[in-house]
Amino acid sequence: MSRHQPCLRVCTAASCRSRGAEALRQGCVASTALFPVQVKGVGCLGPCSEGPLLAVDVGSSSSLFGLSSLATGADEDDDEPTRAIEALTATLRQTIAHGNGDRRGTGTRTRTAALTPLEQAMSRWRPPRAIAIPADDPFLALQQRLVLARCGRIDPGAIADAMAAGAYRQLAGVLQRNDPAAVIRALRASSLRGRGGAGYPTGLKWAAVAAMPGPGKVVVCNADEGDPGAFMDRTVLEGDPHAVLEGMAIAAHAVGAERGYVYVRAEYPLAIERLRRAIAQAEQSGWLGENIGGSDLRFHLELRVGAGAYVCGEETALIHSIEGQRGVPRPRPPYPAEQGVFGRPTLINNVETFATIAALLQLGPEAYGRGTKVFSLAGHVRRSGVLEVPMGTSLRTIVETMGGGAPDGRHIKAVQTGGPSGGCVPASALDTPVDEVSLQRLGTILGSGGLVVLDDTTNMADIAAFFMAFGREESCGKCIPCRAGTVQLELLLRKLLARQGTTADLALLERLCPVVSEASLCGLGQSAPRPLLSSLRHFRADYLALLTTP
Amino acid sequence: MGANRPAAAATGRCAAYVHGIGLTRAMAELHADLEPVLQRHGRRPDGLIEVLSCAQERYGYLSPQLLREMAAQLRLPLSRVLGTASFYHLFRFSPPAPHSCLVCTGTACHALGADALLAALSAEALAERGVDLGVVRCIGTCSGAPLVVLDGQVWNHQSADGVLARLRRLRP
Repeated sequence: MSRHQPCLRVCTAASCRSRGAEALRQGCVASTALFPVQVKGVGCLGPCSEGPLLAVDVGSSSSLFGLSSLATGADEDDDEPTRAIEALTATLRQTIAHGNGDRRGTGTRTRTAALTPLEQAMSRWRPPRAIAIPADDPFLALQQRLVLARCGRIDPGAIADAMAAGAYRQLAGVLQRNDPAAVIRALRASSLRGRGGAGYPTGLKWAAVAAMPGPGKVVVCNADEGDPGAFMDRTVLEGDPHAVLEGMAIAAHAVGAERGYVYVRAEYPLAIERLRRAIAQAEQSGWLGENIGGSDLRFHLELRVGAGAYVCGEETALIHSIEGQRGVPRPRPPYPAEQGVFGRPTLINNVETFATIAALLQLGPEAYGRGTKVFSLAGHVRRSGVLEVPMGTSLRTIVETMGGGAPDGRHIKAVQTGGPSGGCVPASALDTPVDEVSLQRLGTILGSGGLVVLDDTTNMADIAAFFMAFGREESCGKCIPCRAGTVQLELLLRKLLARQGTTADLALLERLCPVVSEASLCGLGQSAPRPLLSSLRHFRADYLALLTTP
Repeated sequence: MGANRPAAAATGRCAAYVHGIGLTRAMAELHADLEPVLQRHGRRPDGLIEVLSCAQERYGYLSPQLLREMAAQLRLPLSRVLGTASFYHLFRFSPPAPHSCLVCTGTACHALGADALLAALSAEALAERGVDLGVVRCIGTCSGAPLVVLDGQVWNHQSADGVLARLRRLRP
């Protein structure tokens, strides 16, 4: 068949799943069973806050619907969503039966360009109580989806679907050309920097590992997305795990590795399930294992599930955790490129970085340009979810134009970027383009891409205390500046918040911050004071208002 | 994480095992249950976390006997096994209650009132009702903030009253 059947794509990523997407998918499957209509469970469709999300594809057009009325949750009446799904599937059945039974033809077309009666009926169908999200809605229209190109389109559990949409094509090409150095040259010529937060040039990192002598090198994917309020990597893993596997296999070819690990946090059960399945399918299809794609590349990939330790996102701690030890960081050098997992030269990149590789190679470094960045948007914002925009898009565009700004009657106070290692961007600086350099100038970091919007009801000292408590809890305890410093900083913040602090306490707070950041062993301690310093810089009034009058 | 821990299912077997009833049988059963994961990692020390996770998934928690047995199987000192297990938040060393209620304390949930939710739930005697109250640091579905994970299922936009009503409907 040259044309696709009408297709109902139901988002079955974790967020929509928590809003009843699985029941919706089953309802759609049951009501379309006898008709030429496809139902597909897909990865994230974007605006999670409107979920569960349903896309209806007819011919070449597609409509997206937010069905938040179906969502289970806040409402204590758990039967309400069931009734809503029944109502929805009833109209769907009616629409399809009516269209299919139309006397002008049962599912056949007279002219290729025209829609069949069934397709016409489907394209007119509006699910009851749905919010239509048109294609020109800024949330969708302003995106440039390279990393997420297949996410939301393919069934992440079916490798055939992913391959039909282009997965493993770049890997096949790279293996056919058999020029590992060319891959690294392409990366070095590109602007790609690690998307996990540190922003180290990816090409340089790959070149360093490739330059190490000997066999037994290792490629590691850091899928320990620990920053609270960040869910880009979860989205990629749940929506298109093959993009990550393809990137890792290309890396193995480029740097000469034979073994690989994906280290994923245990808090993402669905991502783990989909990764396991994707790895098994890739092995069966010959994209992992021995003689990959008919070449002599051998790459065995193992999944390692974390056990709840934020510090394991730090690369040396992650290495220890893969080795089955306490996830404690160690000083660098030696860098993982020299001595990583089991002492072998190791390439570590995060999920989004690996998922970018195939798209970058396909476009070439020039067309890739500054590239794209995936962000997750949450907090005090009308429309939250996951979006991918060109690098350098302004925060205002993302938060106000795409996210719709603060809820009714409120104003945005700040946007928190970079999680516990980052800082805040005040509303007055929302026109800042999001890239590594611009955000650093503001005293924060781009980080991995979690954006949490905070409105004018937020006390920034409370947010600082929240992050400090996070750092204190997650500190591994190996070095004293971090272990003891985070405790002292939090105590001082709590004292201020209890309105018992003085100017001397504030001064002490500011004196202690550089000690912790400069003397700590790893990134956790080094960046733990940053949310505090950043909010002190931009929202000093919040702190001064807490001081007791001397 | 507690969210994907099938707590209730493992309790029965667990209890028999801990109280020493039919310890030999329990050990044999343990070997049969954990043999696949031990083999998958070739009984190498680097498989420790995977083996511990698997053991906890089956038995609900890591008992002293279980930890000793794992140390023997992987030929590791018990101190190394304990040191590793106690480092990670998700390992537990006492039997879980029949139900688990985890309040997400990620950034978005915090901004939308997770603190008050947790405080209100902490004030209730949930342990008496067979519920383990705990926290989870962001499960990455922040659009539903503030959220709780109740026996592995995510509930979005929760209030203390809503959670308590849901907890009341749980079977003990």
